Amino acid sequence: MHNLDAKSIALRKKIIDVMNVSRQGHIRSAFSCLEMVRAVYDIMKPNDKFILSKGHGCLAQYVVMNDKGLISDKDLFDFCKFGAKLGGHPFLEIGTGSLGHGLSIGIGYALADRTRKVYVLLGDGECDEGSVWEAALCGSKHNLSNLTVLIDYNEQQSYGTTHEVCELEPLRDKWKVFGWVACEANGHNIEDIESWLQTTRRNKPEVYICHTIKGKGIKLTEEDLRWHHKTDITDEQIKSLHEGLNAENLL
Amino acid sequence: MRKTCFNMIYELAKKDKRIVYIGSDVGSGTLQQMKEEMPDQFYMEGIQEQNIIGMATGLALSGKIVYVNTIATFLTRRCFEQVLLDVGRHNAKVRLLANGGGLVYSALGHTHVAPDDIALMRTIPNMTIVCPCDADEMKRLMPQTVDYPGPMYIRFGGDAEVVDMIDHKIGEGVIKQWGTQAIIITTGTMLQVVMGIPDVTIVYLPRIKPLNPQIPIWASLHPKVVTVEEHYINGGLGTAVLELLNEHGINKPVKRIGIPEGYCDLYGTREEQLKYYGITTEAIERAILSG
Repeated sequence: MHNLDAKSIALRKKIIDVMNVSRQGHIRSAFSCLEMVRAVYDIMKPNDKFILSKGHGCLAQYVVMNDKGLISDKDLFDFCKFGAKLGGHPFLEIGTGSLGHGLSIGIGYALADRTRKVYVLLGDGECDEGSVWEAALCGSKHNLSNLTVLIDYNEQQSYGTTHEVCELEPLRDKWKVFGWVACEANGHNIEDIESWLQTTRRNKPEVYICHTIKGKGIKLTEEDLRWHHKTDITDEQIKSLHEGLNAENLL
Repeated sequence: MRKTCFNMIYELAKKDKRIVYIGSDVGSGTLQQMKEEMPDQFYMEGIQEQNIIGMATGLALSGKIVYVNTIATFLTRRCFEQVLLDVGRHNAKVRLLANGGGLVYSALGHTHVAPDDIALMRTIPNMTIVCPCDADEMKRLMPQTVDYPGPMYIRFGGDAEVVDMIDHKIGEGVIKQWGTQAIIITTGTMLQVVMGIPDVTIVYLPRIKPLNPQIPIWASLHPKVVTVEEHYINGGLGTAVLELLNEHGINKPVKRIGIPEGYCDLYGTREEQLKYYGITTEAIERAILSG
């Protein structure tokens, strides 16, 4: 059962439309974290902050912001063009792209104003970075209950699975012993994520390990690792991607 | 110099809630009074430079003025990417307080000696680099750092004799003496080393980046240019001066005095290493005479 709602399917189609122009992008990563990004933008208040620390998933953020009226169609479809506002890694309020930076910046945001909520979305492969664990120590030291990390745990990184490349398990226990409230859930179930993000818990930072499927929704992007960062996409492939999102083909 | 800097942070922070201090497990008791009186403005974090620089960026982007303090080597090399992509790219008001610039920690070996910090920081767009020469200058400098635009790298030299100097703003070079044989351009605590060399013009530059645009004019008035720095010959003040002169079509002989390429692994005192590398008053005088 694909369990994607109409909005999630429409946003995926928009990502394909953007890639039809740019002919490149980290589509699998964007499809993996799309519901997590949607959930955060649905509940964010004006003073809250969101950092997409896994910057390569930015197409998800771009289409969600476009849907909320925060990014124009022109800027969205100029993706990766020379001089464009939006490229293969984002520079919105915060620029990310090199992994392992976002959580520390989020800590600064959370310390500066404890009345705001700060959401940081990490990739699972990103958790290989030592700086993530420096920040994990720091976040719990300061009891940052206004800081929430969402981990896009699709268990795949560029070369292969996280289990082959650099084992993260037991991931939830690791965050727990670092002093965080740690939960796990289906990262494509938007209602669950939103409900969890709005639940008040203890005086600790929180991490939500979201089990996701890289390339979620389309057979081609779910199963073919070469689509991690795809360039020189053909018309035929664009057509296949769109067909993959037709109701009868959805995974 | 360092103590004066901390005293100034305390005084400035009392008047300005935006001012925040972050230390990276530095000396016990540092800014104890600030910690007690202004706990919301004082953070002593672990040995985690990457995290601290990111954290400083988040604080600065929330309106704080953040002073980050640790040893120069760790503040530049260890977290270079965070300084470049977080602090630099976001033009964040983070002030990097670099302890032990140059050869101050000679006895601790090559891991703690910073002959390359200016070269590294020069590559970061938006970064202002300042090297005060003594405690008095640090005292005059610090209030100016609060609202100075963008990020700053503030290099602490070793304790040095106070030089009598008129007040100046960040970036203004000071001509300390006039002479005819050569123009010596220097920064930080090297000023004390070159002071008194006869018949040379001495230009003291507390700010290395951006470089004072008057340098080509001053240089054009002298037969030769000598740069003196407690830093690698390549990449620091001397290189910056060469580049600027070249851009202005000034082809004077430029003698760069500093540390040659290599690891500074001789231990000993700072003075012994300076002597070994020929960065003493006598050696500089000889270098000027030999052309």
